[in-house]
Amino acid sequence: MKLYELTIHELRRLLAQGETTAAEVTASIYERIKKLEPKVAAYLSLSEEIAMEEARGWDKRGFGDKTKPLAGVPLAVKDVICTMGIRTSCGSNILANFVPPYDATVTLKLKQAGGILLGKTNMDEFAMGSSNENSAFGPTRNPWNLKYIPGGSSGGSAAAVAADECIAALGSDTGGSIRQPASHCGVVGFKPTYGRVSRYGLVAFASSLDQIGPISKDVTDAALLLQVIAGYDERDSTSVPKEVPDYTESLVQGLKGITFGIPREYFVEGLEPEVEKAVREAIKTLEELGGKAIEVSLPHTEYGVAAYYIIAPAEASSNLARYDGVKYGHRDREGKTLLEMYRRSRSEGFGAEVKRRIMLGTYVLSAGYYDAYYKKALQVRTLIREDFLEVFKKCQVLVAPVAPSAAFSLGSKVDDPLQMYLSDVFTLPASLAGIPGISVPCGFTSEGLPIGLQILAPHFEEGLALQVAYNLEQNTDFHRRRPPL
Amino acid sequence: MKITIEEVEHVARLARLEISAEEKGNLTEQMNRILLYMEKLNELDTTGVEPTSHVVDLHNAFRVDAVKQSFPREQILDNAPEANEAEFIVPRII
Repeated sequence: MKLYELTIHELRRLLAQGETTAAEVTASIYERIKKLEPKVAAYLSLSEEIAMEEARGWDKRGFGDKTKPLAGVPLAVKDVICTMGIRTSCGSNILANFVPPYDATVTLKLKQAGGILLGKTNMDEFAMGSSNENSAFGPTRNPWNLKYIPGGSSGGSAAAVAADECIAALGSDTGGSIRQPASHCGVVGFKPTYGRVSRYGLVAFASSLDQIGPISKDVTDAALLLQVIAGYDERDSTSVPKEVPDYTESLVQGLKGITFGIPREYFVEGLEPEVEKAVREAIKTLEELGGKAIEVSLPHTEYGVAAYYIIAPAEASSNLARYDGVKYGHRDREGKTLLEMYRRSRSEGFGAEVKRRIMLGTYVLSAGYYDAYYKKALQVRTLIREDFLEVFKKCQVLVAPVAPSAAFSLGSKVDDPLQMYLSDVFTLPASLAGIPGISVPCGFTSEGLPIGLQILAPHFEEGLALQVAYNLEQNTDFHRRRPPL
Repeated sequence: MKITIEEVEHVARLARLEISAEEKGNLTEQMNRILLYMEKLNELDTTGVEPTSHVVDLHNAFRVDAVKQSFPREQILDNAPEANEAEFIVPRII
C-alpha cells in the first residue's frame, strides 16, 4: 500500500509503531498532488512549506500524546473555511486575494489535534452549486471519470479524498454539499446535526443551514474527524452546548434491534434504476446484518427543493451584502460614487450562479413577496421537519439514496439552473430539518461511477448514522476500490 | 410571467448589482422558470403552521459584556482594497 492511500487510523498506527514518518507521508501526498492536479484540480492553494515543517516537527515530538489524535495526519480543508495567513477564496473572484487574520474554530481544532493542513480545496463559488462548475477558478473533475463532475459544492474535498490527494478532508453542507460529492466520488461524507459543529470562521452562505463535516476514505475516519471538530463554541451562538459522545464507540455496535425506515418518497420516478438497485442491495445487506426495514412516509419531501431554493438564497442575499469592496475583496476602481463602486465591485466579483441566488433571495424578501415566498417556505420547512420527527418515532434511522443519479457529465446542466437544483432533491429535506446525514459508498454504475447510500438520523444522533454506515462498510468492499488514475 | 424585466432591474438595484442587457434577459427568463416552480408550495395549506427559522431549540445566547482583545487594526486593514494607516478609504460621499 502506498503511503498516500492510508486512512487516518491506519496512518496513526504506522506512525505510533515508527513504521513511517509524518514527513514521508506528507511528501508522498504532495508528490501525488503534483502528479494528479493537472487532471483533477481538487485544490485551489497548497501550503507545502508550512506542512512539511509541521510534519518534521511531529516526527521530532513523537505521536504518543493522547490529546493529539490527528498528530502527523495531512488533511485538506474546503476553501470556505478560514485559515489564518492562508488565502480563503470561497471559489470566488471577489475573495481571490482574501487572507483571513484568524482561524475558523474547526481549523484551530484540527491544528490543536495535530493535523497538518495540505491546502485548500476547490468548490462552487460560495458553496452554491452541485457540480463544482461554479468555481471561479475552473471545475474539479471526478477522479473516477475526468469527464464527469465530482458533485458540489465540496467537490474539491471529495475528489481530493477519492484521488488520495489527502488523507481526509473537511467540507461544508448547506443543502447536500458534503453528502452529494462524497456519493459521486465514492467516499464517506458526513453532515452533522445543525449546531453540532461550530460555524465560526465558516464563510456564511445560508446561516440557518450551513454545517461543517468530514469527508473521508472510511467511516472510522469520519468518526475520528467529527470527534475532533464537534462541540459547543462560545463564538458561534447557534452551536449547541451538548456533550459530545465517543463516536468510535458507536462503531463497535451491531445492527440487532435497529429499525430502518425506507422513505417511499425517495424511490420515485427520476431515480435511476442503477442507483435504486445499489441502494436496495445495501438495504438487503443491512437486513442480513440484523436490522429490520420498514417502509415509512415523509409526505412533504417533494416540497424540499422549492422551500430550500427560497430560504437559502434569501439568507445568502443578506449574508453576501457584506462584499462591498470596502473591507476586503475585489474593488472596482472606475465607479465615481460609493453606490457605483458597490455595484461595479459586486458585479465584477460574483459569478453567474451567485448573482442569480442574490437576485432570487432579494426578490423573495422584498416588499409584497415576503409572505408569499419566504414565510411560506419557512412554514413548509416546519412541515418537513415534523415529517422527520414523526417517522423517528417508528424507526431509529432512515436509509435512502443520496442523489437520483450518479455523477453527470461536465457541462450537461450548466445552462439549466432549475435542473441543477432538482438534483438536490434527496439531500435538501434533511438540511431543512437540521438532522445529521452520512453518505457511504454502496455500489457502482455499469460505467464505473460510484453510488452512495444516505443514512439519516435524529438530531444529535450522529452515533446512530455512523453505526449503520460502519456496519454496511465492513460488509462490503466499495470503499476499498480506487479510481483508475 | 412571474417577474418582468423591469422588476428584475429593480431587484438588481436593491441587491446592489449592475447587470448587463444580456444578463437581464437571461435572469428574467431563469427567474421566471424558478419562481413558477416555487408555485408548488401553494399546493399546501399552511394556515396556522408556525414558520421555522431555526431548527434546534435555542434561546438567546448571552455572554458577559466584557472588554476583550480584538484584532490589531493593521491586520484588519491588510485585506482592504484601499486604506491608510487607520481607515478604510471609500469614494467621496459628501
